[in-house]
Amino acid sequence: MTRSDSSLKPLFGWAAGLAALILLPFVINTYIILLTTEVMIMGIFALSFNLLFGYTGLLSFGHAAFFGMGGYVTAYLLSHACPSLTLAFLTGVAGASLTAIVVGYLSVKLDEIYFAILTLGFGMMFFSLAHQWRSVTGGSDGLTGLVVPRLGWGAFSVDISSPWHYYYLVVAAFLLTVWILRRITQSNFGLILVSIRENKERAAFTGINIRAYRLASFSIAGFFAGVAGGLFAVFDRMASPSMLHWTTSAQPVLMTVLGGAHTFFGPVVGSILFFFIEHIITKFTDIWMIYLGAILIPLVIFFPEGVLGTLLGLKKRKHG
Amino acid sequence: MSLFFMNLLNGLSLGMLLFLISIGLTIIFGVLGVLNFAHGSLYMLGAYFCFQSVSLFHNFWLALLISPLLVAVLGGIIEMSILRPVYGRDVSFQLLLTFGVLLVLDDAVRLIWGSGYHIVNPPALLNGVVHVAGFTYPVYSLFILGLGPLIGVGLWAFFRLTLWGKKIRAASMDREMAAGIGINVNRLFTGVFFFGTWLAGMGGALATPLRAIGPSMGEKIIIESFIVVVIGGLGSFPGAFLGAIILGLINAYGAEYLPRMTMALPYILLALILLTKPRGLLAREV
Repeated sequence: MTRSDSSLKPLFGWAAGLAALILLPFVINTYIILLTTEVMIMGIFALSFNLLFGYTGLLSFGHAAFFGMGGYVTAYLLSHACPSLTLAFLTGVAGASLTAIVVGYLSVKLDEIYFAILTLGFGMMFFSLAHQWRSVTGGSDGLTGLVVPRLGWGAFSVDISSPWHYYYLVVAAFLLTVWILRRITQSNFGLILVSIRENKERAAFTGINIRAYRLASFSIAGFFAGVAGGLFAVFDRMASPSMLHWTTSAQPVLMTVLGGAHTFFGPVVGSILFFFIEHIITKFTDIWMIYLGAILIPLVIFFPEGVLGTLLGLKKRKHG
Repeated sequence: MSLFFMNLLNGLSLGMLLFLISIGLTIIFGVLGVLNFAHGSLYMLGAYFCFQSVSLFHNFWLALLISPLLVAVLGGIIEMSILRPVYGRDVSFQLLLTFGVLLVLDDAVRLIWGSGYHIVNPPALLNGVVHVAGFTYPVYSLFILGLGPLIGVGLWAFFRLTLWGKKIRAASMDREMAAGIGINVNRLFTGVFFFGTWLAGMGGALATPLRAIGPSMGEKIIIESFIVVVIGGLGSFPGAFLGAIILGLINAYGAEYLPRMTMALPYILLALILLTKPRGLLAREV
């Protein structure tokens, strides 16, 4: 009895979350719908980053490269009369994944700060490219004027230019990402990643090919960052160089630490907090980073496991 | 030919400025093990303080004295209140905390001085140009060009020849051992951070007659100084000097010969060096 109880419990959580996401549009206004859509897109971005940071122990400061690549390729195709949204989006994700494989191949042999700086350098290389290769990327203006075709085929197609329709598309992508990444982190492969994070030398002595596993983790993270980037470009109807800038790479880092890097849903909680804080503060002033910084500093000092990590830790202690 | 020479001077004077800023970054890393993301913002703060002092007192030299000191005091406070609690933890925590400081400082600057750009004129003594072999060159850039190596030699002598310099080098090699032989490591760390941020503030103040002062100047310079210290070798003095000169020259000549690639060049250089020599050109030797 108790056993079936404990195995059903998480299922309730999932069902409640799913129901909330589906029913949300019936109770809130368009603005919150747009905000929630953005939170989920950035949640995908942050979750993808955390596979690398929280699970594999690699702090990348260039994750925006894949976010931006997914966004730029998707936006390029959509602004050049690509008839299919799915095709444009998948090409964007493929572009991001290929970029991640190449950048990852070169980067994963470095550690800690050197890895962070090298990925930052690669990210800024793509930023410079987007800035200066005007004929393809539109330079500092970015790619604008995206034509978003209907999703699907003939009678079975929807117009996703409505915020509600796009919201449901992003909900689907978000849930799919959560499910896949959850499966990955709970698999043997995920456990090996954690062992690499915990002790690289010991993992290597047990016969694990560290570089191959790190590269795999880096590529998967790049794939999902590309998903987030493609979704974001369609959401924003544009791709701009700021998508590739290192300050964009810093966003998933902040969200992850805010929520907790060693919990699966930490980055999502961080993404919600991030936008919640921004939303409240920008009501009063445009200059909101100062408050974000002022919240972040004590949080990092006193809650090293993040908001979700600390809460879960308390719960665990209470129950035994 | 004169254009080539011009670019050489431009590149070197930019390199000297980068050296001044990077050396602070590399000293802090070498001793405390902290890669300070807020270093560029402290540089920017030095520039703004200098601008403010000049418009208050109308004296550049006085401003040059005051503003780095104010920045350094702030640096000392940051080290004691924010960094000290997390020395035992993973490096990513320190990176994130200094990133938090960056967010606060950058927006504080916007709050106080607005988003517009400001300029400061060079002091009367260094205003004007010199005529050399048929072309003109601003005196102030030459002043920076001479100051860089001077500060480099001064720092080298400080670390090699004075007791404090030796204590700092000892603590950077082994924190616990240094504490064991009676060095007050906490105070030393605060002192080093104070000094490192003083150098950042000094760089900012000295840069005011050369570069426009604006709220994004810190964001740009921090990445440039990261590149400098990493390609030279983190924690290495001669490395920072070499890295700064290389980056300064690349910027100057790149703008002349490869204008479409200037932005990407420093990152390409960074990637090439990290991939061939992962610890930088000159390995650490504090």
